[in-house]
Amino acid sequence: MSLGLFESILFATIVAGTPLMLVALGELVTEKSGMLNLGAEGLMSIGAVAAFAASYTFESTVLGILAAMVAAMLLSMVFAFITINLMANQVATGLAVAIFGVGLSAFLGKPFEAKVLQAVPGYALPLLSEIPLLGPALFKQQWLVYVSWITLAAVAWFLGKTRAGLALKAVGESPQSAHAVGLPVIRIRYLAVMFGGAMAGLGGAFISLFHTPMWNEGMIAGKGWIALALVVFSTWRPWRVMLGAYLFGGVMISQLFFQSSSVQVEIPSQFLSALPYLATIVVLVLISSNAKMIRLNSPASLGKPFLKENS
Amino acid sequence: MNKRRSMLCAGLAAVVTGVLLHSPAVQANGPAKIGFVYVSPIGDAGWTYQHDLGRKEMMKNLGDKVETTFVESVPEGADAERVIREMAASGHDLIFATSFGYMNYVERVAKQFPNVRFMHATGYKSGPNFRNYNARFYEGRYLTGVIAGEMSKSNILGYVAAFPIPEVLQGINAFAMGARSVNPNAQVRVIWVNSWYDPGKEREAAQALIAQGADVITHHTDSTAVVQAAQDQGVYAVAYHSDMSKYGKDAHLTATTHHWGPYYTEVVEKMLNKEGMGESIWGGFKEGFVELAPINPVVPKPVQDKVAELKEKIAKGEFHPFTGPILDQDGKEIVPAGKTLTDEELSKMNFYVQGVNSKLPR
Amino acid sequence: MLRLEQRSCPSQIMRWLSPALAVGLTVLTGVVMLALLGKDPWRGFEVFFINPVKSTYALSELMLKATPLALCAAGLAIGFRANVWNIGAEGQFIVGAICATVVALYFGEYPFWTLALMVIAAMAGGAAWAAIPAWLKTRFNANEILVSLMLVYVANLMVSWLVFGPLRDPGGLNFPQTVMFEDTALLPVLIQGTRLNLVLVFVVVVLIAAYILMYRTHLGFRMRVAGESAKAARYSGVNAKSMVWLGMLISGACAGLAGMAEVAGPMGQLTDKVSSGYGFAAIIVAFVGRLHPLGIAFASLVMALFFIGGEQAQQYLALPGSISMVFQGMLLFYLLACDVLIRYRVAFGNLSVAKQVRKGALS
Repeated sequence: MSLGLFESILFATIVAGTPLMLVALGELVTEKSGMLNLGAEGLMSIGAVAAFAASYTFESTVLGILAAMVAAMLLSMVFAFITINLMANQVATGLAVAIFGVGLSAFLGKPFEAKVLQAVPGYALPLLSEIPLLGPALFKQQWLVYVSWITLAAVAWFLGKTRAGLALKAVGESPQSAHAVGLPVIRIRYLAVMFGGAMAGLGGAFISLFHTPMWNEGMIAGKGWIALALVVFSTWRPWRVMLGAYLFGGVMISQLFFQSSSVQVEIPSQFLSALPYLATIVVLVLISSNAKMIRLNSPASLGKPFLKENS
Repeated sequence: MNKRRSMLCAGLAAVVTGVLLHSPAVQANGPAKIGFVYVSPIGDAGWTYQHDLGRKEMMKNLGDKVETTFVESVPEGADAERVIREMAASGHDLIFATSFGYMNYVERVAKQFPNVRFMHATGYKSGPNFRNYNARFYEGRYLTGVIAGEMSKSNILGYVAAFPIPEVLQGINAFAMGARSVNPNAQVRVIWVNSWYDPGKEREAAQALIAQGADVITHHTDSTAVVQAAQDQGVYAVAYHSDMSKYGKDAHLTATTHHWGPYYTEVVEKMLNKEGMGESIWGGFKEGFVELAPINPVVPKPVQDKVAELKEKIAKGEFHPFTGPILDQDGKEIVPAGKTLTDEELSKMNFYVQGVNSKLPR
Repeated sequence: MLRLEQRSCPSQIMRWLSPALAVGLTVLTGVVMLALLGKDPWRGFEVFFINPVKSTYALSELMLKATPLALCAAGLAIGFRANVWNIGAEGQFIVGAICATVVALYFGEYPFWTLALMVIAAMAGGAAWAAIPAWLKTRFNANEILVSLMLVYVANLMVSWLVFGPLRDPGGLNFPQTVMFEDTALLPVLIQGTRLNLVLVFVVVVLIAAYILMYRTHLGFRMRVAGESAKAARYSGVNAKSMVWLGMLISGACAGLAGMAEVAGPMGQLTDKVSSGYGFAAIIVAFVGRLHPLGIAFASLVMALFFIGGEQAQQYLALPGSISMVFQGMLLFYLLACDVLIRYRVAFGNLSVAKQVRKGALS
C-alpha cells in the first residue's frame, strides 16, 4: 500500500497501540472494582499461545480469539480465587500469574513454534476509508482494531452510564459500603477480574494472530507491563487509555520512521528507543499534577482485600 | 574348602585385573558427551536453531559414538558460568558455547577443567583447551546484496538490525557494497531495534522501512517477523540465519544461512581421535560455514548465475567482498584500491560504507 | 460447605508451616507433572530440588544467586511496608551497576578504597534513580508504579548506550562491554573454588539493618503505621511525603548495591546484559518473605533453588527452560494460598443465625 508518510505513521501507530489498549481497558475494569491484577503479561502470553494454537488447528481466526479469551479468563480466575476467596496479597498474586503465564505459554507452545499462519487482511470500511488523509490510516485496519474501538466505547458507556457500572465503581470505592447496600461484592469482583483476563487474552490474540502471525516464547516482550502502566497513566478513565496507548505506540513508531528516514541526525538509537517511555512519564506528570483528577479516579480500595467480617 | 575358595577368588581377581589392564584407556564407558550452551530458545529459525541443526547433523554423522545435551536460553551473565561449569563437571568432554557473551566465563571454566575441550562461537579469546570459531557471514551478505540491488526498483533497501557490533556492521556494509556493485544508486537504510529478538518491534521497523520506500528488506535479528512483514506488504526480503521461505514464499528471495554441522562433526572427531584442537577458525563459503538458501525463481537467471560465479570466486579466495576502494559515509577512503581489509580490521569494524543512509549510533 | 473464619489472632505455627506446606505442594505437583511428561519423577525430584544443594559448590551457587534477590527484596520490603510501590528496582540495579563500573574504571586500583567507593557510588546511583519517581510523586502526584517501571526501560537503554560508547573496552573488538575490572575492584571470594563473595556479608548486614530499622526504631514503626492506614498515619503525625522519599531511596540504594555486587562479582565487567530480572523477582521474594528480613532470607533461597533447579532440569531431563517459570509461579500460588491459613482457619458447615450472632458478640 502506498500511503503518505503521515498516514503510514498513523496506521502503524494504531496497530501498535491496539493490543495495549485492549489489555489496558480490561485491567481498568478490573481495577475499578478494587482488584489490582499485575498478571497482564502472563495473561497475554496465554492468550497469544491459545489463539495461535486454536487458530492453526481449526483454521479459524474467530475460534482462535475465543480460545484466547477463555484461556486467559481461566487463568485470571485463579488470580481471583486466590485474592478474593483466600484473600492473599494482590500484588504478589498478580506477579505469580505473570511469571506462571509466561512460563506455561512457552511450555505449551513448543509444538507450534514452527508453524505459519496467514495474516488477517485489512478490511476497508466503505466510505470512511475514502476520507482524505485519515481514511486509509484509520479505516483500512484489521477488524480487531475496529472491535477495540467498539470495546472502548462500550466500556466507557458501561462505567459511566449504567447501573452495573455504578455498582462496579461502588465496589471499588468501598466494598464494605457496597456490601452493606446489598451488592454482591464477591461476584462483581470475580466478573471484573474475568473481564480483565478475557481482554488480556484478546490483546495477546491480536499479537499472535493479527500483528505478527506466529508463536514464539517471549513474543509478548513486555507489552503486558506497558499496558498496566497505561491504566495508571489513564487515571482510570477509558478514553485516556486510548490516548496513552496511541501516544506510546505513536512515539515508538515515529522513532522507527525517523531512524530510517533520509534525515541523518546523530542521535543514538538508544535514546530514540527510550522516547516512548520518557514521553509517557512526561504526559503522566502533566496529567497528575492536577491532583483533584487523580483522587477522583483511583479506586479507593485498589489492592485491598474485602473482608466480609469487617462490614 | 577354604583353600579352594581363596584360589577361586584369586583366579577371579586375576581375570578381572587382566581384563581391566587390556581395555582401552579412555572412553571405555560409552559414548562421548558433548554439551551445547544456547543463548536463546531453539525455536524454528534463527541463530540457535542453526546451531542446533549443526548439533543434530553431527549426531547423525557420528551415531552412537556421541551423546549430546543442551541448555537453552542461558543469559550472558553470571548464570552462564554455572551452566558451563556444570556441564564440565558432569562428565562432558567437549562443550560448545554459542554466543559472544559467554567468552569470559568459558575462559574461567576452561582453566578449572583442563581435560575438557571448550569451543566458543564469535569471540576472540582462546587458551590451551579453548578455541573460538566464527563464520564469514559477510560473504553471504555481499551476494544477497547483489540480488537485492538487482531486484530493487526503488533503490531503497531496508535493514532491521539489533545492535551495532562488528559482525552486524560487516553484514550491513557487505550488503550495501554488494548492492551498489550492480546498482550504484542503491541506498541502505538501517533501523536499530536494540534487541536480538522482538518480533513485534522487528515487524514495525520493517513496515516503517517499507512505508518509506524500501522494496527489499533484510535483517540481523532472530525472528521471522521481517520476512513475514515483507510478504504481507508485497515487497521482497532476504532472510538471515535460516531459510525462511516458508514464512514468505513470494517475498523470500534467498537467505544467508549458517551451517555448523560439518564443522561440529570435524571438531568432535578430532576429540574422539585424540588429536589436538587445531586453530581457532573464521570460515566462510570455502569451509561451508555459510551458504545461500535456494534463490527464488523470480530472480532472473543472469543474476543467479552471476551470484553463483561470485560465490565460486569467494570460496576460492579470488574475491574478497571488502576489497578497496572503499569509502566511508563521508566519502573518506578507508581502504585503497586493490587492498582488502584484514581479519583484524574486519573484527573491529565500526564504520558505515557509502550507500548506507543512516548515521552510525555512537 | 467450606468457610474461611478469621482467627482471633494470627497463628504462629502456620507462619512457619505455611511455606513448608507450599514448597511441599509445589514439589508434589511438580513431580506429578514430570511423571505426566514421561520423565522419571524421582529423578525429576532429585534434579530439581536436590542437585542445587548437594555439594559445597552447589550451595555456594545457590547463595550467590540468592544474594541479589535478598538485597533488592530487603529494600523493597521497607518501601512496600510504607505503601510505596517501587516496581522499578531493576532499573535502580542497573544504574547502581553503572556507577560502580565508572568507579572501577577510573579509580580501580586501590585496595579496599576502590571497593568502598564502588559500594557508595552504587548505592547513591540506585537511590538517585529511585529519587526520580519519588520526586515526581511528591511534587506532581505522579504514580510511582508507572514512573519507576518506565525508568527500567530507560536504564536498560542507557547501559546499552554506555557500553557501546563511552565505557566500551577499546581492546574488546567493539563489542558492548567494558574492560575486565582489576582485582582490587572485584569483591573478594569467601570460599576458595566457589564464586561466593563478600556480597554475602552485605546481605547479612542489610537484612539486620532492615530489621533494626523496621522493628526497633521509631521511624520504622511510623513507616509501618503509614503503610497500614493513611488515616492512622496522619493522626500519628507521619509525613506522607517523607515516607515516599524514604521508601524509594532505601529500596533504590539496596538495588544499586545488588547491581554493584553483580558487576564486581560474577561478571567482573559491565555489559549490556547486566539486567537479569533480579529487580522483578525481588518483588516476589519480598512478598513471599512477608516483608520481613528473615522471611526474605528464606524466600530468596527458595527462589534461587527453583531457578537453578530449572537449569538442572534442562540439562539432565531435557525439559524446556520455561519449566522453571512454571514451578516458580506454582510455588507462589501455593504459598499465597497457604498463607491464608495464618489469619484464617478452615471451618465446615454454615453457622446458624444464633451462632453467628454469638460469634459476633464475642469476637
